[in-house]
Amino acid sequence: MAIFINETTRIIVQGFTGKIGTFHAQDMINYGSNVVGGVTPGKGGQRHLDRPVFNTVKEAVELAGAEASIIFVPPAFAADSIMEAADAGIKYCVAITDGIPTQDMMTVKSYLRRFPVEKRMVLTGPNCAGTISPERAMLGIMPGHIYMRGNVGVVGRSGTLGYEAADQMKRLGIGISTSVGIGGDPINGSSHRDIFEKFEQDDETKVILMIGEIGGPQEVDAGIFAQANMKKPVIAYIAGLTAPEGRRMGHAGAIISSAGESAAEKVAMLRDLGVTISPTPSAMGETVAKVLAGLK
Amino acid sequence: MDIHEYQAKELLNGYGVKIAEGGLAYSPEDAVQRAREIGGHLWVVKAQIHSGARGKAGGIKICKTHDEVEAAAEALLGKKLVTHQTGAAGKICNRLYIEAGTDIAKELYFCFLVDRISEKIVMVGSQEGGMDIEEIAATNPDAIVKIEIEPAVGLQDFQAREMAFALGLDAELISHAVKTMKGCYLALRDLDANMIEINPLTITGSGELIALDAKMGFDENALFRRQKISELRDKTQEDPRETAAGDRGLSYVGLDGDIGCMINGAGLAMATMDMIKLAGGEPANFLDVGGGASVERTEKAFRLVLADKNVKAMLVNIFAGINRCDWIAEGVVQAVRKIDMKVPLIVRLSGTNVEEGRRIIAESGLPIITAETLAEAAEKAVAARNQVVANETAGA
Repeated sequence: MAIFINETTRIIVQGFTGKIGTFHAQDMINYGSNVVGGVTPGKGGQRHLDRPVFNTVKEAVELAGAEASIIFVPPAFAADSIMEAADAGIKYCVAITDGIPTQDMMTVKSYLRRFPVEKRMVLTGPNCAGTISPERAMLGIMPGHIYMRGNVGVVGRSGTLGYEAADQMKRLGIGISTSVGIGGDPINGSSHRDIFEKFEQDDETKVILMIGEIGGPQEVDAGIFAQANMKKPVIAYIAGLTAPEGRRMGHAGAIISSAGESAAEKVAMLRDLGVTISPTPSAMGETVAKVLAGLK
Repeated sequence: MDIHEYQAKELLNGYGVKIAEGGLAYSPEDAVQRAREIGGHLWVVKAQIHSGARGKAGGIKICKTHDEVEAAAEALLGKKLVTHQTGAAGKICNRLYIEAGTDIAKELYFCFLVDRISEKIVMVGSQEGGMDIEEIAATNPDAIVKIEIEPAVGLQDFQAREMAFALGLDAELISHAVKTMKGCYLALRDLDANMIEINPLTITGSGELIALDAKMGFDENALFRRQKISELRDKTQEDPRETAAGDRGLSYVGLDGDIGCMINGAGLAMATMDMIKLAGGEPANFLDVGGGASVERTEKAFRLVLADKNVKAMLVNIFAGINRCDWIAEGVVQAVRKIDMKVPLIVRLSGTNVEEGRRIIAESGLPIITAETLAEAAEKAVAARNQVVANETAGA
């Protein structure tokens, strides 16, 4: 089944007519994603990439049946676009934008919590590469061709490290059900744990690979959830062994600011929680292969 | 982004937080002048560096005469102070804050921060002021009070009162404490700070509540809308390599090792550094060149990595998504031709247009060591670095 998106999911692009939005919308269309249009306020009624442009997300939902959206809006306006999507009834939203102020994300999260759970939009990102259900749909900026369809659910903070994992697995003939980027920001739409819940319920997913990094509580939180509530095995790699304390390693959220946030500490805690650890970033593929072999 | 104590105090004072009288000095003469203006018989000369724990590093001196103020200023200005937060390199002290001595009755800990667990702003307080909060958390976690603030409604009076009573304040100080806390909260929201720490928040002998120290950290993602805050940046407190990188739009963190790195994506960069370490080496830096690595950007990144004289080998690891390996390869070849590279270069390309990229590297005729996988790249980089060191040792 995959999670969040498949070949029928009706997708819109927010920030559709801009340079970046155009480039990636075309790439998603080429991959086979069902892009039904886009939103650029003030350009409603025009056509772009042979698809309709709407002024508001509400119109896109009403007229094109939009279910999922991807956001390429600049940082200063991105939080507003996310909330517009949630208000319009979009079910799943990916925010690609890097550089959204933390307090804006705090507002977004509290806005989303106002909706009852069954009507609440799921947000992944910001500052992520997006989500892909290989050979069905891509809602992101990744190179689609490196992903093979299969039974591993992948969730990670980093884009390129996720590509590395997909590539290692493909070389071993291992495919992916869905790969979800949750992004490198300190406050993000969905946590590793939120994605674990979805994978646990997905028939197609047999094992889960979590690609984490230094900073924040989310990896260990997901490990605690997995031990208590999940039957599917979890494999993890945590990046940042060499990261010094208190220094931001590229991602806004990749900073060791309190106890338990270093890679070594996270690895030790996850191991205690029954998670299989990939000892090096180049062993992600083979570690997944070993766990898959153990299932048979 | 961090700012100095005196800047934080000035900002917070504008939001109704009481501070002791003080002034800024760039020279011993300035310092004495400030002491004269302040008056009284007790002054504190405080080194302005971007770090806590300045007291233990000798950065805070209590003076009873103008001569002592002058001597303290002479001792501190131009000096590098090393605290457990600055690392071994320390931070240079170019500015002093001269403050009136305060009669301290009690010291409290107080802060606001963005909490990644609740995804809200949290107000934290403790009666154990003056100590590091991590220290209090480790030795006496029950002494810490935490109150979450709902972003939609902001800090309410009852929450501030709850904190004030938890801090053990007398009834007559409660309303002032509420004002102080609400002022800090407003400053945090108005200025896009992600941290305000007042440690110690001091009750004076005359029963006043003042911020004796103040620290503020700001969200770099929000600086585009906080011009006034951006102007408070002090580049002398930053690693010059990182300042240069930031000015070129690159994300760089200088480290102590000797294998230079250029990678696309923060996660892959950290993973590559892990791989170097596991292969027996130490990375010289973190450097994410980002998505659109043009020829110019690649050259800038090369210059930045190689400006670090410790670098004995350089590793480039690119997994091209939006990027294309042939563009990266072109950039690398041009950079190497322009810059007189004296250390071995190891390049690993993967992803979009990888065959074309590898062909460009191979046909360039340059002595570039190539690798197919992440593990191979790290092993080759460490081996090349070891060879350089062995040659140096043999030569010496």
